[in-house]
Amino acid sequence: MRAPDMNAGVAAGDVLLAVENVSLRFGGVKAITDVSFDIRKGEIRAIIGPNGAGKTSMLNVINGFYHPQEGRITFKGKTRSRMRPHEAARQGIARTFQNVALFKGMTTLDNIMAGRTLKMKRGFFWQMLRHGPALAEEIEHRRVVEEIIDFLEIEAIRKVPVGRLPYGLQKRVELGRALAMEPDLLLLDEPMAGMNLEEKEDMCRFILDVNSQFGTTIALIEHDMGVVMDLSDRVVVLEYGRKIADGVPDEVKKNQAVIDAYLGVPH
Amino acid sequence: MDILYSIFIDPFVQMGSAPDLLVQTLWEGLVSGVLYALIALGFVLIFKASGVFNFAQGIMVVFAALTLVGLYEAGVPAILALILTIAVMFLLAVGVERLVLRPLVNQPDIILFMATFGLTYFLIGFGELVFGGNPKVMITDELYLPRGSVEFEMFGGFVSLQKIDITAAIIASVMVAALAVFFQKTRIGRALRAVADSHKAALSVGISLNQIWIIVWFTAGIVALATGIMWGARSEVSFALQIIALKALPVLILGGFTSVPGAIVGGLIIGVGEKLGEFYWGPLVGSGIESWLAYVIALGFLLFRPQGLFGERIIERI
Repeated sequence: MRAPDMNAGVAAGDVLLAVENVSLRFGGVKAITDVSFDIRKGEIRAIIGPNGAGKTSMLNVINGFYHPQEGRITFKGKTRSRMRPHEAARQGIARTFQNVALFKGMTTLDNIMAGRTLKMKRGFFWQMLRHGPALAEEIEHRRVVEEIIDFLEIEAIRKVPVGRLPYGLQKRVELGRALAMEPDLLLLDEPMAGMNLEEKEDMCRFILDVNSQFGTTIALIEHDMGVVMDLSDRVVVLEYGRKIADGVPDEVKKNQAVIDAYLGVPH
Repeated sequence: MDILYSIFIDPFVQMGSAPDLLVQTLWEGLVSGVLYALIALGFVLIFKASGVFNFAQGIMVVFAALTLVGLYEAGVPAILALILTIAVMFLLAVGVERLVLRPLVNQPDIILFMATFGLTYFLIGFGELVFGGNPKVMITDELYLPRGSVEFEMFGGFVSLQKIDITAAIIASVMVAALAVFFQKTRIGRALRAVADSHKAALSVGISLNQIWIIVWFTAGIVALATGIMWGARSEVSFALQIIALKALPVLILGGFTSVPGAIVGGLIIGVGEKLGEFYWGPLVGSGIESWLAYVIALGFLLFRPQGLFGERIIERI
């Protein structure tokens, strides 16, 4: 797999994505209130918080599923107010979902190939004819997909419809599909939810490898604190839609507001 | 015993004693099967890509054929009228996406199904308003479609094949082959299947739902146009065709809602079954078998193989 395009105008360590004063409401329900933070190129950024803190809403805002009423989002130096999900994908944001969203009727291979949709340039007419350049392109994409399959150690389930796979493997296929997009920013919504210890360890290894080998910037939501503290470079903590802490794992761990949010305060 | 004899023995004796009639009946069956298959194909396309049973497919067939003939009657040359009709089907696809599908995104399938009912009655009213309610004659000659029949001598008798039927069979086969390759081998085909499985996952890999829906409704519109021309050439272009389109339902149950080859094989089985049933078993019950036999076959399939012959296996992890 090729490393993602490093010449996107953002050097390692610079701000890749900035969220500024974002507020999101559903009618009277305030999902996110005035939240600002940034994600730097090449880091693993965790978003944590108790249930209902607005973590998934935040990811949905970043990749365009939700449109915030207030605030700005700047990605790769471009500020936008409203963006639709397929446009976010076009700009280099890939994601996985809390409750796996795969193409269940399709095989593992086809699912990951679907991640290459945007990379395919040849017209469908030539693809139907299996004509020279279109065929060569298909073979090239297939090669990248096979590398991802090797990387994620899912060779054995290549031709299995994903609906039949156990949950842990489905999550791995979903990660594969996101990787196939060669994203600049990878959003992972609870990548380890519902996994056993061994599967969690595998997933941690994959996330670290993706980050170090391909330099992909990752933002993840996770409930397992051990995992979060081990994996992430910086952590942002949300509670009731507000940001209550932001910093390296050790700082956040000692932050009184965070401890209160997780353990509760006596009234 | 007589009744058993006339059900289980006599029809086969008849088949054996007059093989030329049997061949003729089979051919008639295959031809109507091809036309059922074409209609079913339109349903399958939209079902595959959006999980919606498009009740309006039947009226789209009528609407496409009416537009073609209507334009010709208004003085447009036949070939230009054909091109304009294709353009109209494209506009229809864009309109459906903008006005029906986009506002209803993420709604349950039953809502979208009801919306296609609305679309059906809109198209009936709109079609009557613009083109009038009278049946029209398809412009067969002007579109360079062959007329007349060829006869073969066979088993001591004659079998006659309508040239228009042969053409219909060829056009249907080409369309089916092209669509099968389109779905399996192209980026857009893969995107179509992806959209059918999960909207949000499709969006997250950069597939535009709006674009896909326009493509799929336009393709279904082209299939409807081809069907309309062929049906119209065999009988006439009238709103009654819309009812015949519902014959596609048993075809789909037989072939599977998600399978392009299934629509073809299902159509052929239903077509042949109907004609054989009508010709050899019909007299036993005073004929009329043709109108319901398809549904009985479909019922049998529902009991033993609900996903159809070629449908995707229904797998649910619990």
